[in-house]
Parts: sequence; C-alpha cells; structure tokens
Amino acid sequence: MAYSEKVIDHYENPRNVGKMDDADANVGTGMVGAPACGDVMRLQIKVNDAGVIEDAKFKTYGCGSAIASSSLLTEWVKGRSLEEATAIKNSDIAEELGLPPVKVHCSVLAEDAIKAAIADVKAKREA
Amino acid sequence: MQFPIYLDYSSTSPVDPRVAAKMAECLTLEANFGNPASRSHKFGWKAEEAVENARKQVADLLNCDPREIVWTSGATESDNLAIKGAAHFYSKKGKHIITSKIEHKAVLDSCRQLEREGFEVTYLDPDKNGIISAELVAQSIRPDTTLVSLMHVNNEIGVINDIEAIGKVTREAKVIFHVDAAQSTGKLPIDMEQMQVDLMSLTAHKTYGPKGIGALFVRRKPRVRLEPQMHGGGHERGMRSGTLATHQIVGMGEAFHLAKTEMEQDNARILKLRNRLLEGLQDMEEVYVNGDIDHRVAANLNISFNFVEGESLMMALRNLAVSSGSACTSASLEPSYVLRAIGLNDELAHSSLRMTIGRFTTDEEIDYTIEKVKEAVGKLRELSPLWDMYKDGVDISKIQWAAH
Repeated sequence: MAYSEKVIDHYENPRNVGKMDDADANVGTGMVGAPACGDVMRLQIKVNDAGVIEDAKFKTYGCGSAIASSSLLTEWVKGRSLEEATAIKNSDIAEELGLPPVKVHCSVLAEDAIKAAIADVKAKREA
Repeated sequence: MQFPIYLDYSSTSPVDPRVAAKMAECLTLEANFGNPASRSHKFGWKAEEAVENARKQVADLLNCDPREIVWTSGATESDNLAIKGAAHFYSKKGKHIITSKIEHKAVLDSCRQLEREGFEVTYLDPDKNGIISAELVAQSIRPDTTLVSLMHVNNEIGVINDIEAIGKVTREAKVIFHVDAAQSTGKLPIDMEQMQVDLMSLTAHKTYGPKGIGALFVRRKPRVRLEPQMHGGGHERGMRSGTLATHQIVGMGEAFHLAKTEMEQDNARILKLRNRLLEGLQDMEEVYVNGDIDHRVAANLNISFNFVEGESLMMALRNLAVSSGSACTSASLEPSYVLRAIGLNDELAHSSLRMTIGRFTTDEEIDYTIEKVKEAVGKLRELSPLWDMYKDGVDISKIQWAAH
C-alpha cells in the first residue's frame, strides 16, 4: 500500500509522543481500540482553568495510518477549547492525511479517542 | 547491497539465470518454439523432446516415473485438479474429505466448493507447533472418507508434516492422499518410493523457476484416477487439456534439476543465515518464534514482536521485502488464520513478520536486517501504549477492550 507523504511524515516524526499523569485532575485520558483488532490509541489532554487544551500526548499501537491520525490530532487539539476539540471530525483527519477507504477506521478511532479524553476530564472535574 | 532486500522467497523466488537462459531457447523462430503436440513435423518433435526431458527432470526430484507428472499452470490448479478431480471420481465410494485448518487457500477453497456440492469436509486442528500428526489423521478417517489433503510444508510458518507416516495411514485405509508440496521442493528431499503419496501438487516459481507453470504428480501404482477439470484436446493423458507451454515447462525442469543437484549445499547455507537472523533478533524482550523451530524448513522464520503492530513494523522496514500476519496487509481485518489456528492470540498474530531466505541472500543482508528490525521494534515500542502497560506490569489480556 502506498502511504501519503503526510502519513509518512507523522509516522517518521510523530508529534507529542508520551504519557501524562492520569491522577492529575486536569488530565483526561482516552484509550480506544483493541489489540485484537490491531489498533489501540491512548490520547491524553491537559486542560487549563479556562477550559483550553494546553498539552496533548499520545501513544498508539497500530498501523502507520493509526499512528499518523493520533499524531495529527494531538497537534490540532493543542490551544483549542474542549468544545472546539469536540467538533473535530474523523473526516477532517482522513482528508488531511489522504487516508484510503480501508484506513478510514484509523481516523474514526482518533475521533473516538479525543471524545473519550474530553469526557474523562469533564467527569474528573465534576467529581 | 541492493535495496530493498528480498526476504520473501516463500512468496516467490527470482528465476535462476541458468533457468532463464534455457527458457529463452524456446521462444523465437530460430529457437524451439513448436507445439509439442504437433506430430507431423520437426518443430513439434523438438518441442516434445524438450517437454519430455523436463518431465524427467521433475520426476527425478521426486524419484518417480515421468509418466506420473501432469503439467498444470501452478500449484493452485494442481490443488483444484487433485481435490475436485479425486473427490468427484471416487464420489460413489464416499463423500468425506479430510484436510487441515492451515492449508493454502487453494486447498481450503476447493474443499468449500465440494461442501457446496454435498461433500463433507473435516478440517483438522494442527498442534500448537503447526503440525498434523499421523495419529490424528488415523482417528479422523471414516468408512466414507475418500481423500486426505495436507501440505508438506506450511507457507506461513514453514513447519513440516511427516508425509511418510501419514501416507502409511492413508494407504492402509485405502484413502487417496494428496500433498501440496509447493513450499517443499528444493527444500526437503521428496521420495515417492518411500512416501505413499497418491497426488502431489508442485509449482516452479518458489524453486527458482518461472511463474505460471506447475505439475501434479498422479501415482500409477496403485493407480489413481481423476476427473479432469479442464476439457479440450486431451493433452496430458486426458487429465489436463491445453497446449503445453514449452518455455515454461523447460524452465520448471531446469529449476528442479538445479534443486536436486544443489539442495544440500543451498540448504546448509540458508540454515546458517536463518540461525544468524534468529540469534540476532532473539536477544530482544518479548520475541516469539511461531511454529516448531526444529521441524521447519531452513528458509523460514516467522516471528512475533509483542506490542508492535506488523504493518507499522513493515512500514519502518521499507528497505526490506517481508510479509506480515497482521490484518492490515490484506483486505480483511482478521489476522492470519494460520497463526490463529496454532493458538496465537490476536496481538501476537498482528505482531508477526515472515522472513524467508533464499539462494541469493547474503550474510551482509541478514546483518542489515537484524539491525533495522531491532531499531524499528525499539522505536515502535516507545510509541506503543501496550508496551507501556507491559512495562507497568498491567496484564493486557485482563482488560475489557471494546472491539471495533
């Protein structure tokens, strides 16, 4: 399969790889996918008091498109409010990376991951 | 070194230059281009002579009679002819067939077609090493069983079935025994006087011959009958019609002749390379060899790097031509059915690489491969949340994952 240049770039130079302290009330974690399906994404965001995402980190087990989708997403969400981040659609990611139809599920997974991370941090803050 | 490095010899092998030279002698006006079935002139006679010489070369590798070799287009056609041909011919005797879950698709799909026609098929489970024992075959034979079809060497994990032992069981039970030997010619000795195999599928292109040519061994004593699948001019004693492709056949003959004369030295060299590769990779953590390492052809290494997904690994290894059991390499989302059948969990199946070594692989290429695989696995583990969890002592199998 031929990969787009953007996928290769994110795969070779993944942005924001890492892990944040899940015990921190300002950190939201979204872990989606399953090893059995060949994709697991962990996306973490750190939100400030104004509700803006200050930092984002990811780790992904999966194909190059899955790695690129999560890497791109961490770039996009930084500096956005939770509401703005919620509005990111998988189709935006797929379009930006030029994902072929068989790889669209990777972008769906990335959207699921950011939604899960946002839900997690909201729940923590309300608790 | 030339890049990418070819480590996918079980998929196909390059044609040996000595084979290509022989093939080129059978194409043009000045060369041996005639139709081997033309009986009325020298062009035909000469082509026939070349075809019969090649038939003898193939028969020599199997230690059988040349009259037991039927030319086909490759192992897929041979499997179809053997399985459907024998099942149909002997259908009055019974309609039960035995095969295994880790056969090639050409065998499995032929069996599926027979199921649609009212035959019953038993799919044997291999043991955790990927091997089907003669005992298991013996236990599975019923009074209405007419055919057992098993592979000599598995294409993904390279493990070897004891064909001689299974042949004793099937012969005693008077059941036809078909063996797909696409992966074993030139890699293992095959002796039809010792092995009670009735039908054997062969292909040229995995043994340094051309693609598009193969053969089916059809035993004469005791005689095995087949219903032809290709009807026409009655070539190949009526079993497979169609004008013989002289250049392809000559290529297969030469390739099998070289296999016979060079098998021992080739395999000794390849085994050294395989062991060098294995030793080089095994000092990493969480690395697993898939299938029996001892009962395996020298050329094959199928290995899983836990917590790393196979397709992303191949992406990092763009300078290496290898294959993976991960789902993403195919249209389906299921990982390799062979690896699943030998009991690998999904993670390890998704994390597998198949590297197959051949006649033209060098020490230098193996050393480069070791270095690059280690580098890529290290990088991808740093990216892997599963590796994190493993390092934190989390048992991944206990997590409730949401399948997607």
